[in-house]
Amino acid sequence: MDAMKGRVLVVDDDTALAEMLGIVLRGEGFEPVFCADGARAFSVFRETRPDLVLLDLMLPGRDGIDVCKQIRAESGVPIVMLTAKTDTVDVVVGLESGADDYIVKPFKAKELVARIRARLRRDNEIAPESLTIGDVSIDVAGHRVTRDGHAIPLTPLEFDLLVALARKPWQVFTRELLLEQVWGYRHAADTRLVNVHVQRLRSKIEKDPEKPEIVVTVRGVGYKAGSPEGG
Amino acid sequence: MTSTSSTAPVSSPTLGHRLWSAIFGARVLVERTTARVVAAWRRSLYLRVVLTTTVLSVLVVIVLGWLLLSRISAGLLDAKQHAALDEARAGLTEAQARLDAADTTDAASTEALIQGITTQLSNRAGQPPLYQVLLLGSANVPAQPEFSSNLVDKGSVPLALREAVTSTQRQSYTYTTMPSADGATRVPGFIVGAALSVPGAGAYELYYVFPLTQEQATLALFQRTLIVAGLLLVGLLALIAWVVTRQVVTPVRMAARTAEQFSAGRLEQRMAVQGEDDLARLATSFNHMASSLQKQISQLEDLSRVQRRFVSDVSHELRTPLTTVRMAADVLHEARQDFDPATARSAELLQNQLDRFESLLTDLLEISRYDAGAAVLESEQADLCEIVRRVVDGAAPLAEARGSDISVVTVSRRCLVECDPRRVERVVRNLIVNAIEHGEGRPIDVTVAQDVGGAAVGVRDHGVGLRPGESSLVFNRFWRADPARARTTGGTGLGLAIALEDARLHGGWLQAWGQPGDGTHFRLTLPRRARDVLSSSPLPLEPPDAAVGRRVPLTVGLPTRGADA
Repeated sequence: MDAMKGRVLVVDDDTALAEMLGIVLRGEGFEPVFCADGARAFSVFRETRPDLVLLDLMLPGRDGIDVCKQIRAESGVPIVMLTAKTDTVDVVVGLESGADDYIVKPFKAKELVARIRARLRRDNEIAPESLTIGDVSIDVAGHRVTRDGHAIPLTPLEFDLLVALARKPWQVFTRELLLEQVWGYRHAADTRLVNVHVQRLRSKIEKDPEKPEIVVTVRGVGYKAGSPEGG
Repeated sequence: MTSTSSTAPVSSPTLGHRLWSAIFGARVLVERTTARVVAAWRRSLYLRVVLTTTVLSVLVVIVLGWLLLSRISAGLLDAKQHAALDEARAGLTEAQARLDAADTTDAASTEALIQGITTQLSNRAGQPPLYQVLLLGSANVPAQPEFSSNLVDKGSVPLALREAVTSTQRQSYTYTTMPSADGATRVPGFIVGAALSVPGAGAYELYYVFPLTQEQATLALFQRTLIVAGLLLVGLLALIAWVVTRQVVTPVRMAARTAEQFSAGRLEQRMAVQGEDDLARLATSFNHMASSLQKQISQLEDLSRVQRRFVSDVSHELRTPLTTVRMAADVLHEARQDFDPATARSAELLQNQLDRFESLLTDLLEISRYDAGAAVLESEQADLCEIVRRVVDGAAPLAEARGSDISVVTVSRRCLVECDPRRVERVVRNLIVNAIEHGEGRPIDVTVAQDVGGAAVGVRDHGVGLRPGESSLVFNRFWRADPARARTTGGTGLGLAIALEDARLHGGWLQAWGQPGDGTHFRLTLPRRARDVLSSSPLPLEPPDAAVGRRVPLTVGLPTRGADA
């Protein structure tokens, strides 16, 4: 209870929900910071430097999507979206704007905490390791991805996704397996999460995102790493 | 030699084959041409009208031409006949008068007299001669001198006419052929004959032969004129038919094109209205219809949009406070051991009923999304076996609590179908949870099968089953098999209704079979490619282990599209 596990910025205009989130987060040992206005969210983010952002999609002032894009342009900090909409369009738009994960209202306190932990956990495991997929090399400990010596900037989540694929280049990963390994879910089968993030990763890492060579689709199954020769 | 003879039996079937294929080819060509003509006849109003008009006008022209020609030729010949008979009668009278006046006894003078009469009569014919004259002795008197003006001979006189003249002794006539003016060909002629008595020389016959060359030429001219005029008339009629049809068909085709574009979704399409005729009225009515349809469609679209918007808003407005309540309940639930028993139990009840409320809300929103037509299928290639395995894994704790064993039989290791995996998983979960709920702790069999057209999941329980007629009711909203029975697992009552909609969205079937005391069998059939039309299912609706003796299914499933054999 005493040790702070991380600072969480809660961007939500519903004061009751924000207060409740604060109670739950404090109970789990996080340090919540609040912002009820989309227009002010970014400045609060800069001031508080949180370890994770909980972002409501529907905000007064500035849309949650815009806030998400704004934060993502500057930082790779994990962003978890709170949304009341389950339509794919809304979910995909949220994820494409840079969110790592989303959670649909109404959610259970435990579920939310589990997601936050899964997003923050990754910092604990650091082992020196060097991997390659195609002509891309990955320095796991240094958190760097390079092609021909040029660094490719990835968010932590995209980095994790790439590392998971690169560690077992012989294996085809189903979307469910990736959800489990990268996002830390069990039985939560929203594979849209995987699809959107694979697209985002490809747009950064592939020479031609239309003809992916690094993250290859295996039709009807899932994804696998491209061959190291860079075929 | 041997090589030649050995090739013969090979070449002859080849030749036969060639011949056969040539005949076959020709037949195919003829059939194809016929088919093309028939198709053109059916499709083109132009062709039909123009062709019909042409054929009918050709018939009319032929009949009219024939009538006209026969009237003209009859008239021409009548006139000729009158003139000829008058001429011949005058000649006869004159000849008889001269013969009666002459007083000849010897043969020579008779001959001279007869020749004189012939020449005189011939001279009256003019130049060129309108007729030829022939004076013949009656056949029964031999060596009678005979005379004729040039060219005509005895052969031009038909025997029947001569008999008629000699037997009746009256003026007779008929048609014949005679040498033409230059003697090269024979032309039709009119011949008039009468008996004449020559004193001292016996009976004679006087024949007048009128060539019909003039009449024939006139008739031929008429014929040519008629044919040319007929052809012109037919051509003109065809042209008129084409022009008139064009006037009607062009607007009709325009209307058809507009209607096609309209039905293709371009609702702003209208027809051009010109004038005040029937076609203008057609265009006006069409435009009215289009406007009213467009109005109704846009109204429906607006309604649907409003409904969708409403569902979305309600969803959001309800979900946010519910989240707060939910989390508050979670906190209370976590801390319940610090409370007195009544408060602790209250926290538990709050927690449980919130779960129920939440799933009810989710289901209500889902079904209203279907009602608003806002459900979208996001299909991808997915492994049905994998989905089933995942659901069975997820349902294992519940099955264990109820004491039901779930066995999964898959025909093949993988079973790829194009579907929306989230919806399919929801359907399968629903079926399996239902089976556990109503399975009374007995085993549950899940079967996955596939064929060319699609794949199916069958979920079989051995619980209380369904009474006759209930298998379609199970898909009704909030339907309960036995209202008196307590609901224990807290289903929302919308699960199967949503599952049915999910199956429908895929173009698939969701059907139920059941018998009292023999459990139920739910079968989900999905087409290989989403929205393809299913014709059969790889799994039978009636399970193979159904109680023997009651094989006839008391309840028939509810195909979501088409019928199942």
